[in-house]
Amino acid sequence: MKVSGAEIVVESLKKEGVTHIFGYPGGVVLNLFDYLYDAKDIKLILTRHEQGATHMADGYARSSGKVGVALVTSGPGATNTVTGIATAAMDSIPIVVLTGQVPTMLIGNDAFQEADIVGITRPCTKYNYLVKNIDDLAPTIREAFHIASSGRPGPVLIDLPKDISAGTGNFNWPEKIQIRSYNPTVEGNRKMIEKAVDEIAKSKKPVIIAGGGVILSNASDELRELAELTQVPVITTLMGIGSFPSVHPLSLGMPGMHGTYYANMAIQDSDLIVAVGMRFDDRVTGKISAFAPHATIVHIDIDPTSIRKNVHVDIPIVGDSKNILTTLNQIVRTQQKTQWTEIRKAWLKQLDDWKQLKPMSYKYSDTVIKPQYVIEKLYEATGGDAIITTEVGQNQMWAAQFFKFDKPRTFLTSGGLGTMGYGFPAAIGAQVANPDKTVIDIAGDGSIQMNIQELATAVVYELPVKVAILNNRYLGMVRQWQEMFFNERYSHSNLNVVPDFVKVAEAYSAVGLRAEKPSDVEPVIREALKTKKPVFMDFVIDWKEKVFPMVPAGAAIDQMIFDEEEPKKEKETKKLKAVK
Amino acid sequence: MRHTISVQVENKFGVLSRVAGLFSGRGYNIESISVGETLDPKISVMTIVTRGENQIVEQINKQLNKLIDVIKVQDLFDVDHVEREMVMIKITPTQEQKAEVLRLAEIFRGRVVDSSLKTYTIEITGDESKIEAFLELVKPMGVKEFVRSGKIAIARERSRG
Ligand SMILES: Cc1ncc(C[n+]2csc(CCOP(=O)(O)OP(=O)(O)O)c2C)c(N)n1
Ligand SMILES: [Mg+2]
Repeated sequence: MKVSGAEIVVESLKKEGVTHIFGYPGGVVLNLFDYLYDAKDIKLILTRHEQGATHMADGYARSSGKVGVALVTSGPGATNTVTGIATAAMDSIPIVVLTGQVPTMLIGNDAFQEADIVGITRPCTKYNYLVKNIDDLAPTIREAFHIASSGRPGPVLIDLPKDISAGTGNFNWPEKIQIRSYNPTVEGNRKMIEKAVDEIAKSKKPVIIAGGGVILSNASDELRELAELTQVPVITTLMGIGSFPSVHPLSLGMPGMHGTYYANMAIQDSDLIVAVGMRFDDRVTGKISAFAPHATIVHIDIDPTSIRKNVHVDIPIVGDSKNILTTLNQIVRTQQKTQWTEIRKAWLKQLDDWKQLKPMSYKYSDTVIKPQYVIEKLYEATGGDAIITTEVGQNQMWAAQFFKFDKPRTFLTSGGLGTMGYGFPAAIGAQVANPDKTVIDIAGDGSIQMNIQELATAVVYELPVKVAILNNRYLGMVRQWQEMFFNERYSHSNLNVVPDFVKVAEAYSAVGLRAEKPSDVEPVIREALKTKKPVFMDFVIDWKEKVFPMVPAGAAIDQMIFDEEEPKKEKETKKLKAVK
Repeated sequence: MRHTISVQVENKFGVLSRVAGLFSGRGYNIESISVGETLDPKISVMTIVTRGENQIVEQINKQLNKLIDVIKVQDLFDVDHVEREMVMIKITPTQEQKAEVLRLAEIFRGRVVDSSLKTYTIEITGDESKIEAFLELVKPMGVKEFVRSGKIAIARERSRG
């Protein structure tokens, strides 16, 4: 029996377990939207921008572990998704983006609203398709979900010409999929794993560096078991935050450019690094030739191209983190004779000393709001039981440094691409997937303006996301670099006019609250958390505040700059204020 | 170091651009690439000649393997293999040089595939050194134009008999 292309698409999505689509209509997807009009068990969330739709699909995926789905029209609708797709690609997030396309006959004709989206997104998708035959629709969708969610996950795009969604054809749902050219290695090589265990037992100063791969493969329990069994401290990269409890005594926090003193010192002094599901990004390694000079490196990753890309690796183990850590732990447990606590004593003592010497800190003020204080209060008020998303800039780093995460999938941030405008739609997507959870976007005043229109989406669908705007009236991270490395030449980092976010919220029928002094912070947060609507919290923070520690670009990661080492610049600061 | 990499891919539209994009997007260099169908018409083989440090070539091989449409990657660097390239050269010899051109073509087992009053077009097949040598020899006789096919390569069978 022949059915419509639109029916095949939507029914295939349902078979994949899709319950929510983030979308935006247009000419060539009208048949799909028409079918969705009365489709059961699947809900379309109408966003206000296609970039918002892709970030929502992404936030949905990160927070739930399921594949997120977006549906948009051709041409401008499709090109608007590119940033969201690239964001998901850099962080290995499984989303499927369905784009409309002009009718097959017109492809290549510069037809109205035609864009070669398959060509445009080839380098930023894991894979993409142009469907040319209706009978291929169902198998293509099945394959797309498989590719997006297996191996190293990533975004997959399916381009659907109008005549395909409007035509009729066969619903060929394949029960099994077999792609001969796609067989990711999931089991780690046993010999290599045994070698890794030997190294862990031999090592005097080991560290684990856990990345986003641990979260993607749901390997947090296995990671914790390994750390506790072998008494190895754990550093979590920006993407790995939540994979290991940050309050755990073995936790050293984040490494790299804005990492903790003790994480960076531990790496530089270590004799063994066990890297799990992380890829030695330049923000983590700093100057590569000076990175971890004494360490033997064990690298566990599902993507062989991540291994030996940036750093030399002694023991590569390709496969799924969960599988590999499970095997590793099994082997460790048979090594009864190793006195783990005993052999780690000196090292853990050293790390403790470093923690005491330079803990994460900031200077509290009772006249002006410090951003770190806001984040501490958010943590206290939620008891840590929240999903936190971030924008990009100082806000992102303060959130990573000062909120404490003890569960995976609770910290959603654009790590790889660093996309301003990610956090708010991602929070909305996370709220859709987790209706009963508190979801908070920790935002900058610059970033929030990049997808502020999605407040309408949150209001319409009654998604009570909270946005904590750390309002410094600046593109703060840019300003920080200019202050520190460009002789305080603040070229175009002053936002000059920042909208009244309270009024903006009210204009969208959401709730706006403002905190102007430190004593306002707690009441505002309490009020926001009580409110069953979306809330913008406008925290007017100290615009001079900078993110520390900081490793200057290109320096070794133990070359950190701390707040107190900053030369006093009161005079210049005053001058700048006058200009404002 | 120069490497010849033989890549089996699904014979689908867009695959060539995925492979080419992999090189251009990462700043790797392609010296030549040639593509054609195989015994199984659903599979094509690309022969890619590239140059780079070992670590770069290792990355190239891994990145190629990672492409969804790539079935198999074989770096022929350490593999005993046969390489061939074809070149067609349009030569403009003087009246006196004509015999010499034909003689050289014969020595190199080339064929004259086209001729006009002023030109000979000669086809030569062989490995790179043979082609370079021929080009060198005929250069003084006026080479108007040449086209090269890019290299194709195949691994030798190990056991003979
Ligand atoms: C889409 C995009 N454009 C530009 C940048 C470069 N950038 C990084 S941080 C930053 C400033 C962000 O300002 P704001 O959102 O106010 O955050 P703050 O640093 O002040 O907390 C900019 C412009 C980016 N990351 N993303
Ligand atoms: Mg700002």
